[in-house]
Amino acid sequence: MTTTAARELSFGQAINEAIRQEMRRDPKIIVMGEDVAGAAGRAHLGFVDAWGGPLRATRGLITEFGPERILDTPIAEMGFLGAGVGAAMSGLRPIVEIMFVDLIGCCYDQIMNQAAKMHYMMGGQVELPLVIRTAYGTRGGDNRTYGGGAGAQHSQTLYAVLAHIPGLKVVVPSTAYNAKGLTISAIRDNGPVIILEHKFLGLRAKGPVPEESYTLPIGSAQIVRRGRDVTLCGIGRMTHICSEAADSLSAEGIDAEVVDVLTLSPLDEGTILESVSRTRRLVVVDEDTPVCSVARELFGTGA
Amino acid sequence: MLSRGGCSQEKAGKLQRLTHTSSNSASRAAGLAQNLPSREKLLWMYERLTLIREFEERLKWLVETGVPVGAVHYYTGQEACAVGVCAALEPGDWIASTHRGHGHCIAKGVEVHRMMAELYGKTTGSNRAKGGSMHITDVRVGMLGVNPIVGMGVTHAVGAALSAKVRKTSQVAAAFFGEGGASIGAVHEAMNLAAIWKLPVLFVCENNGYAQATPVEYAVSVRRIADRAAAYSMPGVTVDGQDAIAVWEASAAAVERARRGQGPSLIECMTYRYYGHHQGDDTGRYRPREEEQSARDRDCIRRFREQTLDQHLLTATELDAIEAANRKKIDEAVAFAESSPLPQPADLFTHVYVPARDGEQK
Ligand SMILES: Cc1ncc(C[n+]2csc(CCOP(=O)(O)OP(=O)(O)O)c2C)c(N)n1
Repeated sequence: MTTTAARELSFGQAINEAIRQEMRRDPKIIVMGEDVAGAAGRAHLGFVDAWGGPLRATRGLITEFGPERILDTPIAEMGFLGAGVGAAMSGLRPIVEIMFVDLIGCCYDQIMNQAAKMHYMMGGQVELPLVIRTAYGTRGGDNRTYGGGAGAQHSQTLYAVLAHIPGLKVVVPSTAYNAKGLTISAIRDNGPVIILEHKFLGLRAKGPVPEESYTLPIGSAQIVRRGRDVTLCGIGRMTHICSEAADSLSAEGIDAEVVDVLTLSPLDEGTILESVSRTRRLVVVDEDTPVCSVARELFGTGA
Repeated sequence: MLSRGGCSQEKAGKLQRLTHTSSNSASRAAGLAQNLPSREKLLWMYERLTLIREFEERLKWLVETGVPVGAVHYYTGQEACAVGVCAALEPGDWIASTHRGHGHCIAKGVEVHRMMAELYGKTTGSNRAKGGSMHITDVRVGMLGVNPIVGMGVTHAVGAALSAKVRKTSQVAAAFFGEGGASIGAVHEAMNLAAIWKLPVLFVCENNGYAQATPVEYAVSVRRIADRAAAYSMPGVTVDGQDAIAVWEASAAAVERARRGQGPSLIECMTYRYYGHHQGDDTGRYRPREEEQSARDRDCIRRFREQTLDQHLLTATELDAIEAANRKKIDEAVAFAESSPLPQPADLFTHVYVPARDGEQK
């Protein structure tokens, strides 16, 4: 792999580039979702590409790939995600966007009973190369303590109710760099993968991203900072909070290690155990509700 | 107006109508093609139309000056829908709303100072700061909730109508939803339930032409949402949603039918949202400026004023006094919100579980 200079891309732009590069490579890939392009059917009036998803991660795709492959949908999550499942069983590689994770209640059966279980229930007859992308968390104002005022139905994390399902891979990127690599891996995966993209990161995080296509392994956590005294485990945006905490701790003479979990299912127990075996201390930073959470799962692993 | 066929320019009276019995001699005398609400009701309607407008305009100003009121979806332009429907309801009736719900709340009688405080995230808000714009609720006035999971409020209105039927009250329930929400499966399930059980429901589709940036002509298979009523054996009408009196007329007929035990109706109101989908959305990316202008040319408040003044039903002095009083009301609402206390961190953990016994949790 020849390495080109990495440019600064936003989290959303990195995902956009991942999808774009994969779509150029593989004509079987389609994108579906509400306003993934926007102004559907209005090209004749001079309107195209009016929206681009909540994080603008699909903006511009329609001008390159056209409305046959970039499909705006009506508000019908159960229906179009189900169509994604069927299309994945019959020769396409759909990327379906559920605008916000809070809306998975409107299509949970397609995730839990359909996509995740097909391969197993059918005795391996079908593969299910389906990617579900969804935005999670709070959008956040300028003040970190302010969650955006979207209320309890538009601020959730909910990855625990996804990670609970056997057969479904659950990925939570934290930087523009790993968002691109993990998105490409998810697209190339032959099974269903759901990617949760933090709203705050999607709109604000920026970082160096190589121009060429690259993958990062699904199922691997990453040690983003080495330390001896304590392991701080973060998921998505919380990894940044862990790194900030590690900076403050180092001023107090505490040497913290930071692990970015990245994939919640299947969980990379090895990396977490190895880290905790060195530091003997584990702190998990999770913004999800605690009961039956991924945080508890991580504690269970580290205990 | 593009493929929307200029329907909204037609007189509501020329559109397909529900049959109904009530007629008003004043309207006959005035030579109108339509029935008219009583004078008191007309005054109430103007008060609510302008109160919604004033609330949303002030909110927009607050948002633009950086007051953190959260995610908001302005109702401006659609006031005639909420007011027309609620004018046909009784205080004991129910409504269920959408993410674009401020207008529905005000039309059903939620107090604006409690709404404003809710937007400010203050404990004096309608939901004690636990909801925000997208969840404003006041069950005391029959407002079952603004609901931002598209389509879900419709099912709750059907449930409220079921409750009324089982409890043998005469209440009806109105379900507001957008033409975008009309594509949600649960909305269809709910319509079928209401039809087979003959529930007293008004399905009110506010067809403003767009779901975010998705135009209705792309997303909906039928020319009129009202055509879908046939699939559930209920009457379906399309009315000019920028004419409050036309919306009232269709709603009054549907309410009467519902109270007679004849089941649900579908009313499609052709309307327009003046601003973006939510604060900050640039409509110039998906809709023509001329279309926006033509909707504003049919502004529901101006039309109501002209209609009632031209017919000598109300006086300019009365209407001006209403507007002045509303401005003051909104000033007071903002002052109330600003001076109210913020919640404490411990408040996060109250109301999580419904108390098993009375008085267990405040
Ligand atoms: C189930 C669900 N899907 C998607 C969304 C995101 N969303 C919020 S409002 C909206 C558009 C709604 O359009 P419409 O029902 O026509 O109402 P309008 O905004 O025009 O008032 C969308 C897609 C949501 N909140 N809930």
